[in-house]
Order: sequence, then structure tokens, then C-alpha cells
Amino acid sequence: MSAIEAFFQRLGTAPGWNFSIVYDAFDRARFLEGLVTTILLSLTCLVLSIIIGIVGAWLQGSTLRVTRRIVQGYIQFFRNTPPLVQLFFFYFAIGSILPRSLNSSGQMEPMISNLGWAIVSFSFFAGAFNVEIFRSGIQAVPRTTVEAAEALGYSRLGIYVHVVLPLAFRICLPALNNNLVNLVKTTTLAYAIAVPELLYAAAQIWSEVFNVREMMNVLLVTYVAIVAVLVWAMGRWERAMRIPGYST
Amino acid sequence: MIARAPGTDLPVLLPAGDALRARPDQAAALGWTSRSFTPRSLASLLALFVLAVLVADAQAQAAGAPRESVVTMLLKWAPLVFQGFLFNLLVSVLAMALGSFAGAALGLAQISLLAPVRGASWIATQFFRNAPWLVLLFYCMFLLPFEIQILGLTIPLPAWLKAVVGLALPVMANVAEIVRGGVRSIPATQWESAEALAFSRRQTLWMVILPQCLKRMTPPWMNLYAILTMATTLISVVGIQDGMTTARAALVAEQRLELFIPMYLMLLSWFFLYCYPIARLTLRLERRFQVRG
Repeated sequence: MSAIEAFFQRLGTAPGWNFSIVYDAFDRARFLEGLVTTILLSLTCLVLSIIIGIVGAWLQGSTLRVTRRIVQGYIQFFRNTPPLVQLFFFYFAIGSILPRSLNSSGQMEPMISNLGWAIVSFSFFAGAFNVEIFRSGIQAVPRTTVEAAEALGYSRLGIYVHVVLPLAFRICLPALNNNLVNLVKTTTLAYAIAVPELLYAAAQIWSEVFNVREMMNVLLVTYVAIVAVLVWAMGRWERAMRIPGYST
Repeated sequence: MIARAPGTDLPVLLPAGDALRARPDQAAALGWTSRSFTPRSLASLLALFVLAVLVADAQAQAAGAPRESVVTMLLKWAPLVFQGFLFNLLVSVLAMALGSFAGAALGLAQISLLAPVRGASWIATQFFRNAPWLVLLFYCMFLLPFEIQILGLTIPLPAWLKAVVGLALPVMANVAEIVRGGVRSIPATQWESAEALAFSRRQTLWMVILPQCLKRMTPPWMNLYAILTMATTLISVVGIQDGMTTARAALVAEQRLELFIPMYLMLLSWFFLYCYPIARLTLRLERRFQVRG
């Protein structure tokens, strides 16, 4: 380990490539913390946005017109406005009218932290896309299958959970993958409200150590790697859940 | 219309829903598609905005002290914020133009007959497509020089121009995928018949394949433009004065809590009003150009 550190320290002096995150324990800790925050933020939003997608698609099949319209309005609003402005709207506008409370150290603390708002904002953003994706998957389930389930005495919710969703999920996985990759890329926006994620940590490091070029390249490679891992995992999952005989 | 599993007569599943079926892989790769629009959502957005303003106004009145109403404050700042918004649109047009040209070249390089060119352009495309927009923007802002010297001539590179380049990079990669996908979607028989008619490869590409692709590439290209327009707000993060920056400056200047929601909603609805018609048009074109079978 120390040999690697020594090597990178030499790199910093000889050709002037200062990868401080390798040999400097403080910078490394900050960077890893940012990485963990980004991954946690991505995973939380991923799960929440899928839940929003599933619930939204179910509500869209509702017999009540009002419900369908509300879901449709939600989708259109979140798809056609910039995610950054949405984030600011949540954090600054909605956040300002929520009550504040005293925390244990006697300071005023907002009800939802900046990380919390980032999670809320990105989940709703990606969720809007997921609703549409799940709905188009649900449309692909044959009417006869649903009728057969009805004949067996399933309730509407039962049909959705046990029959329609498992089939629809497999159909829309490719589209879902694309949206989730986009979601991971969108988490960088949290930088704007000072959530200590990867981009924020990197920016802190390069503004103190003045190694903008090195950190930039590390940052790009790290994000591409995160996305690659996600794409690989989802690809495997897709293959594992493949329905034999149904391929497009 | 029912897909049948090979070897059985039993219906398995219907073909995937419209949204998934309508577009070829490459367009779906963007994952940001637009469908099922109703002008009703436009009306409800306006209603939401008016409601927010009224609530904010009521809040302000309840506070007692004779102060400017929310409506007059909004009207006062609207022209300035709108100027910033127009700058967003300008940046989006420039970045789209730059990205489209570079992307077309990169896309054509991906179908080159030379394996190294194909490989290199594929790597470049995947890299810029999978990197976050904001990181690419930072990359260009910090690593491009503020001026370049060519033959003793000094060309200044203002920050906004660097931002345009930064936004054009991911656009380039996405356009490259659209071009590649468009060419792929043309049946191989078209290539073969052109070859039989003694067209050279270049002639085939320019006179047979690309004219057909153009139609199919338009909807995903417009979709990309809408995404880019929404992404232009990112330039406010790297310190360029745009609609978002002006809106925030206005909020800081007024120091009025009840103005926050209407102000951001106003900016959101401008973007919505701009992107929504594009999305509708994209949907219409998509339906018209849809390839059956």
C-alpha cells in the first residue's frame, strides 16, 4: 500500500500529476465519503422512483378520471421542466415554508435536510419517467391473461401484484435501465444544494489542492465506472428474468 | 398482434406497449420520451401557478404591514428573469447546432469500414453518453483555456462559449447514437440494391441511406433538444448568468419568503411552455414516421 502511495507522491512531483486522493488520507476519506454518498443517494432514489413508478402506473389504470388526470399532470410537469429548477423549487421554495426545529446542539434545523430534498426531488423526477415506462409494460400484458385472473377471483390489486406486474416488469426492464442510468447522472445536480456527494467532494479537493485536471479525470472515470457497473448489473438481471420464448 | 413462442400456439405476451415499440433501441436509449399529452395539463399548470400566487399574496396580506403585493413584485422582476431565460434558449440553440454537427460526424465514423475508426468513435460515444452532463460542463469550464492563440492571433474564449462546448459534448454523443441507430434501421436490402445499381459507398450513404434516415432521426433529435434546453440551467451552477441566476438574485434582493414559490413556479412554467410544444410535436412526428412490422 505504501509503495503505491509513494509512487503517486513521486508522480505528483516529477510529471506534476497530483493525485492527492491516493496518498493523502484526508483527501482520500473525503473522496470515498463522496462516493458513498453518491451511491447511497442513487440507490435510495432508484428504489423510491421505482415505487413511485409502480404506484403511479397502478393509479393511471384507475377507474376514477380525477386520479388519472392528477397522475398525468404530475408526469407532464416533471418531464418538461429542468430537474435543477425542480430541485431548487423543492429545496428553497418548499423548504422555506416548512417548520424548523431545534436540534440537540441548540441550533435551528430545517425539517428536511439538503440530502433529503435531493432524494425527494430526484425520486419524483425519475418516478415521472418510470410511471410511463411501467404503463407501457402493463399495456403489453394480454387482456385475456387479466380476464383469466379475474375469473379465478383475483381482486384488482391482486391481479396487479401477482399477474400483471411480474410480466410487465420484464418487458420494461430495458427502458427502465436507461432511466436509472439517467437518474445516477442526475444525482450530480445535488452539488448545487451542497450535498456532499462525489462531485461536491471532488470540487472541495481541487479547490484546496489545486489539482483540477487530475480530479476532473478521476471524476469522469469514476462516474463512467459507476454507470458501467449499473448497466452490467441490470443487464445480468435482465437476462436472469428473461421469459423463455418471448424475445424482441 | 399476439407474439407466439416458437414451438407453441399459445399466446405469450402482446408486443411491448406503444412507447417501447414505437422507437428503435437507439432512440429509446435516451430513455426520455414524451407521449400522451393533453392540452389540459397546460391549463392545470396555469391554474397551479395562479393558485400559488394567490396563496402567497394572502400570506403577504395576513402579515399585516403595507408591503408590495406578490403580483407586482413578480411583474417587476419578470422582464429581467425572462432575459436570462432567453439566454438559456440561445445557449441551447448554439450547443445543439455544435453538438449536431460533431455528432453527425461521430455517428458516421461509427459505421466506418475501418475498424480502428469504428472502435475509437464507439468508445468516445459511450464515454460522453455515460458521463454526467454537469461533470462534463465542469470539465470544459475549468480545463479549456480562456483564450487560444492561433498564428499569433488571440481568440478569447468567454465563459459562456466554454459552457456551450461543455453542453455540446453530451449532445454530440447522443446525436451520434441517433445517427448510428438511424442508419441501422434502414433494411440491408437498401444497401444491396444500391450496390447492384453500382452506387459507390459514399453515393449509397448520401443519396440512398441518409435521406431515409433523416425522417426517422428527427423525433429523437427533437427529444434531445428538449432535454438540452432543460439542461441549460446547469450553466448557472458554474457561474454564468442565466434565467436561474437572475431568479435567485431577485429573491435575494426582495428578501420575501412568500415570493419563493411563485418565482420558481414562474421559471418552471416558462420551461414547460417551451418544452411542452416540442414534446407534442415530437410525438406527432413519431407516430407519423413509425415503421410498421
